[in-house]
This record gives sequence, C-alpha cells and structure tokens, in this order.
Amino acid sequence: MIEMQEVYKKYPNGVTAINGIDVKINQGEFVYVVGPSGAGKSTFIKMMYREEVPTTGTITMNGVNLAKLKMKKVPLFRRNLGVVFQDFKLLPTLTVYENVAFALEVIEAQPKYIRKRVMEVLDLVNLKHKIKMLPTELSGGEQQRVSIARSIVNSPKVVIADEPTGNLDPETSWEIMNIFEEINTRGTTIVMATHNREIVNTLKHRVIAIEGGRIARDEQRGDYGYEN
Amino acid sequence: MNKEVITVMKIRTIGRHTRESLKSIRRNGWMTFASVSAVTVTLILVGVFFVIMMNLNRVAQTIEDDVQIRVHIDVAASKQDQQSLRSQIERFPEVKSVTFSPKKKELDNLVNSLGEDGKAFKLFEQDNPLNDVFVVKTKKPTDTMVVAKKVEKLNYVSKVRYGQGKVEKLFKFIKASRDVGVVLIIGLFFTAIFLISNTIKITIIARRREIKIMRLVGATNNFIRWPFFLEGLWLGILGAILPIILISIAYYRAYDYIGPKLDGTFIKVLPFDPFVYQVSGILILMGALIGVWGSVMSVRKFLKV
Repeated sequence: MIEMQEVYKKYPNGVTAINGIDVKINQGEFVYVVGPSGAGKSTFIKMMYREEVPTTGTITMNGVNLAKLKMKKVPLFRRNLGVVFQDFKLLPTLTVYENVAFALEVIEAQPKYIRKRVMEVLDLVNLKHKIKMLPTELSGGEQQRVSIARSIVNSPKVVIADEPTGNLDPETSWEIMNIFEEINTRGTTIVMATHNREIVNTLKHRVIAIEGGRIARDEQRGDYGYEN
Repeated sequence: MNKEVITVMKIRTIGRHTRESLKSIRRNGWMTFASVSAVTVTLILVGVFFVIMMNLNRVAQTIEDDVQIRVHIDVAASKQDQQSLRSQIERFPEVKSVTFSPKKKELDNLVNSLGEDGKAFKLFEQDNPLNDVFVVKTKKPTDTMVVAKKVEKLNYVSKVRYGQGKVEKLFKFIKASRDVGVVLIIGLFFTAIFLISNTIKITIIARRREIKIMRLVGATNNFIRWPFFLEGLWLGILGAILPIILISIAYYRAYDYIGPKLDGTFIKVLPFDPFVYQVSGILILMGALIGVWGSVMSVRKFLKV
C-alpha cells in the first residue's frame, strides 16, 4: 500500500513541483498517472521510488515512511520495488540474461536461485529465446521487455513505470501493456505515468491526473482526459 | 541462513568486485597507464631517498656511537683527585659511562695509530708527556657539547676534547637532507594520489549508468563502492612493481661495488638481505596507501550514493 499525506516538494531552485498531495493506492491496484508536461508527474513518480524526498509531508510505502528513510536503508527499500523507464536503462555491454541477472547479483542472491528466477521472468516476457543477445540487437519493445523482466525479478510488491511506452510504436506499446496486465493480475501494484491516451482510454484503470502539483482528478476506470 | 552460506556469498562477492575492478583497469587504458606511472615515479624517488636516508642514518649512528669526550686530567691531580673528578663527571645526568685510560695506554694508542713513524715516540716511554684521560660517553650524542662545557669547569681538568664543530655539522646536514627529502616525497605522494583519484573519477563517470541501475535495483552503497577501492588498490600496487625491481637491482650492484671499498673503515652500509626486502614491503604498502587514498577521495566526491 502506498499513501501520501500532505506532500509538498519544493526544489532548491525555487520551483514547487508538488503542492499538497493526499492519495492512497491499495495493494494490487493498477494506476495511471496522467497530466501535462511539467505538472509534477515526474516528481510524483520519483518520490515513490525515493529518488526525490518530499520537502514536507509523509509517503508511506509498505509501512515505511520514505520521507524519513535513512540513506542507508534506501537500498533495502528498493529491493521490494521495481522501476521501469522510458529509455529502458539497460547495460549495453551485458546480454539479455546478464542484464536481468544483474539485479539479483547486486543484492548477492544465490547463483542457483538467480539462474532459476531469471529464466522464469524472461519466460514471462517471452524472451527466453534471446537470452544471449545484446540490447543493441533487440527492438525497442524487446528492450523494454528486458527492463520489465529486470524490474520484477526481485518479486516486488510494486512496479513503478515512468512512461514505459513513450519510445515505442502503438503495436509494441500494447505488447508491453499486456505484460503489465499479466504482472498486475498476479497481485503486483502498478503505478504508471503515461502520455498514451489510447491505452488509458482502452485498458481502463484508476486514473490520477496531476496539474500544477495537485491532484486534479482521481477516478476509478477513468479517462485520459487530455487532447495530447 | 547459516554461517557457511554467508561466507560463501562473501567470497563470491569479493570475486565479483575483483573482476569488475580489473575490467575497468583494462578499459581505462591510458589513464591507468598515467596513474600507474605517477605511482611508479613517486615510489622510485621514495625508494631511492629511503635507501640513501637509511644508510646515512646508519653511518650517522656509527659516528654518533663513536662520539666521545676526552677529558685530559691535570698531571698535578692525585689518585684521590682523579677519583673525585670521576664521580663528579658520573653524576651528570647526561653521562652514560666514564672510562679511565692511563697515559701509558694513550701513548701506546698514539704509537700504534702512527704505524712505522710512531716508533719514534717510543722514546717517550721513559718520560711520558701525555695526560691520563677519562673517556666520557653521553647517553645522547647530541648532549656531547653540553657535557663537554660542564666538564671543562671542573677542577683538575686540563683539556677537554671532542669532535668540536664536526659533529654538529654532520647532524645538521643529516637533518636538513631528511627535511628536504620528506617535503619532496610528500609533494609527490599527493600528486600520485591526485592522478589516481582522477582515474577513478573517469571510471565512475564511465559507469554512471551502471551505478544508477545498481542503486535502483537495491545494491548497497558498500557494494557499489568496493570495485572502485579495489581499482585504486591495484593501481597503487602495480605502480610499486617497477620501483621494487629497479631498487633491488641497483642496491645489489651498489652494495657489491661500495661494500668492499668500505672494508676496514668504520662506515658500513646496510646489507642487501633483509634491507631490500624491508624496502620492498614499504614500497608496496605505500603504493597501496596511495591507491586506496586516491580512490576514497574520488568515491567520496563523485559517487553520491
């Protein structure tokens, strides 16, 4: 469960990105975060994976208050969380398999467990046949699937995706959405920032719209609501 | 999780960090070369300086041990007077020992030291013009002058002799060269640290992406830092190899060349074994220190994890 209470975020340069947000997201929910560029969407998402810390207010995630989380504890917190980006953030020198295994290696998991678990998630994203390829040899959609596989390899309770389809063509975007749906049906909370009108309007889920650093709209099975 | 598993995991992690650090040493190419060279130059100078300093110290020590005050006793002094003079000298806190050397022995020494020509002085055996002498040694060689001044004022002392001026000059010279060397070495030391920290900085920048991903998937800060510490350590140790080889060969040659020439003099240089092994150990330690220090600086500054 994610809960924000009276969250404000002011950057050192004086820009107020978040101007009082209260929101609650339950375990297993699928939430779209929409809104115009520069409205605070990005900061909202970044605070959830503790890349940014609120100036005031509290963010509770699985019982941990991120606003007060000590730097030392951040890595442990992130192990229960998956993050997916628009630009995939894969390591170009590592193969598909190695990129996914990397997430388990850095938390010092057992080699035997790593092998089993990596194959499992690569199977889930349908890339079992390409494990030895480098990211540069893959299409954009395939790269994003690798990055999703990496984000869920730790079996996190929450996956946070920042414009995961932003760089992909419509058809590929749907492939990615199907994977997110699949992950969500297995009980993982998904919070996804997006500009993709078609997806939000077709694959109905809760929609949180952020404008001017505030929540302008919060609807179950909502619409995208902007003209793009 | 039982203890065994934890140990196994640790060894595996160490292996991973080692591989990562070696990989970036290869990848950094010229920067690796530059920083290893800097360490090499520093350590060659440190090594040469150290070898010279240690040997100078050794020579100084030999001379210091040899520094003594010769108190010539007035011929008018009776046995009792001599005895009281001796106990007066012995009472000075700086004094280590007082040895009596009768005038006969003084003459023998003189005769022997002059060799063939000395035979002429044998004539004086009948009427020895020399004084009886107290040979005084101080606890610290640097106290020589102070004690000499004090002894001069006592009764029945006709003359006080010690290496006036020469001793002080030698000590001053050794001290000055020590100071210059230390300043030079400290300067070089920091240059090498700076170069290493720059190399590590480049590694960190080259791996920014990787570090960011590591952070996102929950790697601890220590886990992220370790490969950089190791890289610095390797650079430092690599930099120590050439200096050790050069200094060993040079010292071996020099010892072979100089050693026999010093035979028969009171000056002795330090023997190859174990001195060169000690120097090698010190150079490796210094290399490692420079390397780790350099990487710690970079990691602190550029790796805000």
